[in-house]
Amino acid sequence: MMTLNLAALNWSMLDTWIVVTGILCAVSCALLGNFLVLRRMSMMGDAISHAVLPGLAVAFLITGSRSSWPMFVGAAVVGVLTAFFTEWVRGAGKVDEGASMGVVFTALFAVGLVLIVQAADKVDLDPGCVLYGAIELTPLDTVTLAGQDVPRAAVMLACVLALNTVLVLLFYKELKLSSFDPALATALGINARLMHYLLMTLVAITTVASFESVGSILVVAMLVVPAAAAHLLTARLPAMIGLSLLIAASSALFGHLGAIAVPALFGYSSTSTAGMMAVASGAVLCGAVLFGPRDGVVTRLFRRGRLVTPPRESGLSTVEKSV
Amino acid sequence: MTVVHFDPLFATTTDVLRVLTLADYNTRVVVIGTMLLGLAAGVVGSFMLLRKRALMGDALSHATLPGIGLAFIIAEASGMTGKSLPVLLAGATVTGSVGVATVIFLRRFTRLKEDTALGVVLSVFFGAGVAALGVVQQMQSGSAAGLESFIYGKAASMVVTDARLIGAAGLIVAVMCAVFYKEFKLLCFDPAYAAGQGWPVTVLDFLLMSLVVTVTVIGLQAVGLILVIALLIIPAAAARFWTERMSVMTITSALIGGASCATGAALSGVLPRLPSGAMIVLVATAVFIFSMTFGRARGVLPRVLARRRLTVKVARQHLLRAMYEMTEEREPALVEPHALDQPGTRLSMTDLTRRRSWSTHQLRVQLSDAQEDDLVEPIGDGWRLTEAGLTQARRVTRNHRLWETYLITYADVAPSHVDRDADQVEHVLGPAMTRELEAILGERDPGGPPVLRSPHALSEVRT
Repeated sequence: MMTLNLAALNWSMLDTWIVVTGILCAVSCALLGNFLVLRRMSMMGDAISHAVLPGLAVAFLITGSRSSWPMFVGAAVVGVLTAFFTEWVRGAGKVDEGASMGVVFTALFAVGLVLIVQAADKVDLDPGCVLYGAIELTPLDTVTLAGQDVPRAAVMLACVLALNTVLVLLFYKELKLSSFDPALATALGINARLMHYLLMTLVAITTVASFESVGSILVVAMLVVPAAAAHLLTARLPAMIGLSLLIAASSALFGHLGAIAVPALFGYSSTSTAGMMAVASGAVLCGAVLFGPRDGVVTRLFRRGRLVTPPRESGLSTVEKSV
Repeated sequence: MTVVHFDPLFATTTDVLRVLTLADYNTRVVVIGTMLLGLAAGVVGSFMLLRKRALMGDALSHATLPGIGLAFIIAEASGMTGKSLPVLLAGATVTGSVGVATVIFLRRFTRLKEDTALGVVLSVFFGAGVAALGVVQQMQSGSAAGLESFIYGKAASMVVTDARLIGAAGLIVAVMCAVFYKEFKLLCFDPAYAAGQGWPVTVLDFLLMSLVVTVTVIGLQAVGLILVIALLIIPAAAARFWTERMSVMTITSALIGGASCATGAALSGVLPRLPSGAMIVLVATAVFIFSMTFGRARGVLPRVLARRRLTVKVARQHLLRAMYEMTEEREPALVEPHALDQPGTRLSMTDLTRRRSWSTHQLRVQLSDAQEDDLVEPIGDGWRLTEAGLTQARRVTRNHRLWETYLITYADVAPSHVDRDADQVEHVLGPAMTRELEAILGERDPGGPPVLRSPHALSEVRT
């Protein structure tokens, strides 16, 4: 059955690699996203992904090449600076957190745009390419690993995933405690500030690593949406993390399928995979919002229906009546 | 190291003059159009900032992208030309509003917090938008490249109808804000109270949000969907540093927004290689940084200075009161102007150091500062109050004791603890407050204020 479907979609090795790359990126982001959501910093991914633009541009203007490493370092540094400036404007200027983030990332983005225009004569450093990425093209840029051609992006994202996993496992207790109760964490001798910047560094690294290959929209979505959906499904952190990873991976898979299948319904060939992956995760979240076990919107209607039901009738029929 | 060339930047001085004097028809349209946009965004932004919804503009502007893409697709599919601005902006308005509604829905009916709701809407809608543009790019009429200008903005290509559209929309927004000023203000500061007073909070919220949608949608074309966020946030945040009054803040924010837009657009006109949207945001950011540093009401520098002044004042008052009380402890008669020459008024450094938790160095600095103001004078290897110093010390000590007595009488603070409690307040007691205390405690002093007796034994106290 599945093979049939795949054949109908003209599935090829390219698609497999696209999905693998997408899953690696989605899972790396979702892992960190749990802590961002708990810390009420969900917008940080969006802010960092816009703000790294000047880092890319400066790295390019200094080295004059589009080689990956200087750009990676430049963008990661600016990413961490974004978190730092946001904290600073909030603390020193007593500006509301959201506003301080908005000021910092739009300003940095503007600086980036100006710099990129200056650099544009030299190279195709298109802000659009930075924001959308081109996950569809990742299988074309390969490295040989153990006798096999593996997309470079997949290798890079696997490294990022490994880094995130190791650090989250290593500092799990600290991250958990400082997310839920920074004051208690500090009292117990955990440096909550350090944890904040560790998390921000990881987010910056993940964002930047994903950028070039899959585009920032996928990162921003995967940093928030799977964790938000998982948050609605469970109240326990380990379960939440597990669920978010699962949601992220399946969003990547179904996103790619959707990118091929949905436009085909209307007679177009295919569309942006990264965009559709974000949409797929949104669909999962929508399900969680409506049918979450504890406080899904429909679940609550159902429960309220059961409360007013005479004991002999089943809850389901009541909902049908009330609906 | 790559050298950045600014070659075609300054064409000629005449060109610069033409831009600055708005002689060019095109420049005039662009500068005035963006200025109106900045004014409107500044007004709406100040409400959004105080409503703690600054990032709503972020989610909203990203949520307009699928609308633009879908509007294009639908228009083309139904045989119209997709590139007409009203069609695209209508699409943007629809999905933008849906995005805002989704944020409010998520926050109201789920456990998700504001930031998560914003992040979710932003990324999912933008993802849908990117997917829609992906389809648009394959279409026959594939002049889709134009749609991407909504992401980065193209103020330079603004034509007079656009400027009129922006002007009209900006005017509507400004008038609405003026008409509903009182209601919006209440909504920002205390929505629960507003609801309790019977105001239709949801309707007002909806109205405010639709004004934000309007500004965002008209801003899309001028500065792009990412930088319009900046126009909604930065001028308002900058204005906040200058005032504690909402009306002043709204006007300041509008002025900052308008001025930044006009300046940025003009700069971009003079230096055509600098994108106008980015220049506008950079000008606004410069104003923000200036305001954050020097802003009269909440700027960093004025606050640091005020705090420093207060620290100095408190330290001075501590010194004077310590010297007064130590002298008084020896012999109450010594703290009279005519008794200052008597040997008993001399306080040694050792005694003074022990009185409070100050280091010898701090104490020396304090003493020499006070000596410069003629409040204390060195005598032998010790110090004593001068006549001017005594007058001040009496006032300070009197304030302290008034407050102590008040706390003991009316706040049931134990006399043994009252010294420290009083210390936290006495330095900021103004003359009006002091008079009130006097009235409450029945202390009258027509002439020089007599100092009360300390309500507790002085030697017990070591602060």
